[in-house]
Amino acid sequence: MSDSGTRSIADFLAAHEEELRDSWLESMKRSGALESGRVREAELQTQCTAFLRELRSGLQTGGTDIGNFSGVTELLSDLSRSRAIQGFSPRETALFVFSLKQPLLDAVGGQAALSADGALRPVWMLLDELGLYTFEVFQKSREEVIVRQQEEISELSTPVIKLWKGILALPLIGTLDSQRTQVVMENLLEAIVDQGASIAIIDITGVPTVDTLTAQHLLKTVAAARLMGADCIISGIRPQIAQTMVHLGVELSVVSKATLADALALALSRLGRAVVRVSQPAAGAGS
Amino acid sequence: MDRIPILKLGQALLVTIQVDMHDQLATALEEDLAARVVSSGARGVLIDISGLEIVDSFIGRMLDNIAAVSRLLDADTVVVGMRPAVAITLVELGLSLAGVRTALNVERGMALLSLSMADWGVGDDEDGD
Repeated sequence: MSDSGTRSIADFLAAHEEELRDSWLESMKRSGALESGRVREAELQTQCTAFLRELRSGLQTGGTDIGNFSGVTELLSDLSRSRAIQGFSPRETALFVFSLKQPLLDAVGGQAALSADGALRPVWMLLDELGLYTFEVFQKSREEVIVRQQEEISELSTPVIKLWKGILALPLIGTLDSQRTQVVMENLLEAIVDQGASIAIIDITGVPTVDTLTAQHLLKTVAAARLMGADCIISGIRPQIAQTMVHLGVELSVVSKATLADALALALSRLGRAVVRVSQPAAGAGS
Repeated sequence: MDRIPILKLGQALLVTIQVDMHDQLATALEEDLAARVVSSGARGVLIDISGLEIVDSFIGRMLDNIAAVSRLLDADTVVVGMRPAVAITLVELGLSLAGVRTALNVERGMALLSLSMADWGVGDDEDGD
């Protein structure tokens, strides 16, 4: 492989840019790139033109090391990142680079001088490399999306609600792992300071299973709240869960109530308050 | 050597920790407090740690020790104003300070002490409505 070889490919690309781009587009269309309707032909054409131009300027510097093609890799990472977010399939994304191979082979095949001295071989490997790169960025972007969603879910599912002056409720929904316990604990303690709360009700109606680890996490949260000067009440332990906990020998040495309503009543009475009926309900309303 | 001041408020002693504790300071505080509880005949000790940003197991143990010593000398200990980060750290260290009573701020801590000291007249309705 020689620099002059790659340069002559670059010259070839410069001379036949439009022709090559059209047959490339054609080959992508044949493979169904436009069928999903996520990308328009004009947009695809712009991307192809930009890619060919960057590829050519990379080839002109000589060598086919992927490090020389920062323009191309930049373009590809933008492209595959946006495609990952738009929901393209992995196949569609990888196809962008790989579908260039056939048209390039066809076009160069007509030129005896180019195909003879094996100048195409390094370019071929470069295209494979670029295809893999595209796929890697695609995968990474998808993972970023997943991580972001996980964070959002954990934020969403741990609200701290003010039930009354000095009484907070923490309805837990979903499994309690150590990472979530950390978030829950921080949120709860911040809320206790902000609102000067003295009682926190942890409602575990939405927690599907309570094993020894979950219980330990709950106890940690209770202990931290106590250190801040707030008492905790646990509510919403479902009958099956209560049985499982007893079978497992899990002990929550914390005040617990069957429902959030009971816990609220207890919290209010600790603050010296009670809910009373002010008048008889209107006739017929209660039946 | 630096010492943490101990203020006498009626029958209670008030300690406000405003600086980062190092081990020597903590030991000195333990000794001073024990001596003051005896000399002043205090019935309660209030430790305000709202200025404390960093704790380690030694400081956690110190709080536990102070509470235990005070109990022997017939005084209640209340730790007030712990920051969330400090609380989480102590729990993660496995120090839940079971022997120490806690409150959110000095006012509530005083109210808590007054519960166990009938002749101490601080702390009415805490949320003031």
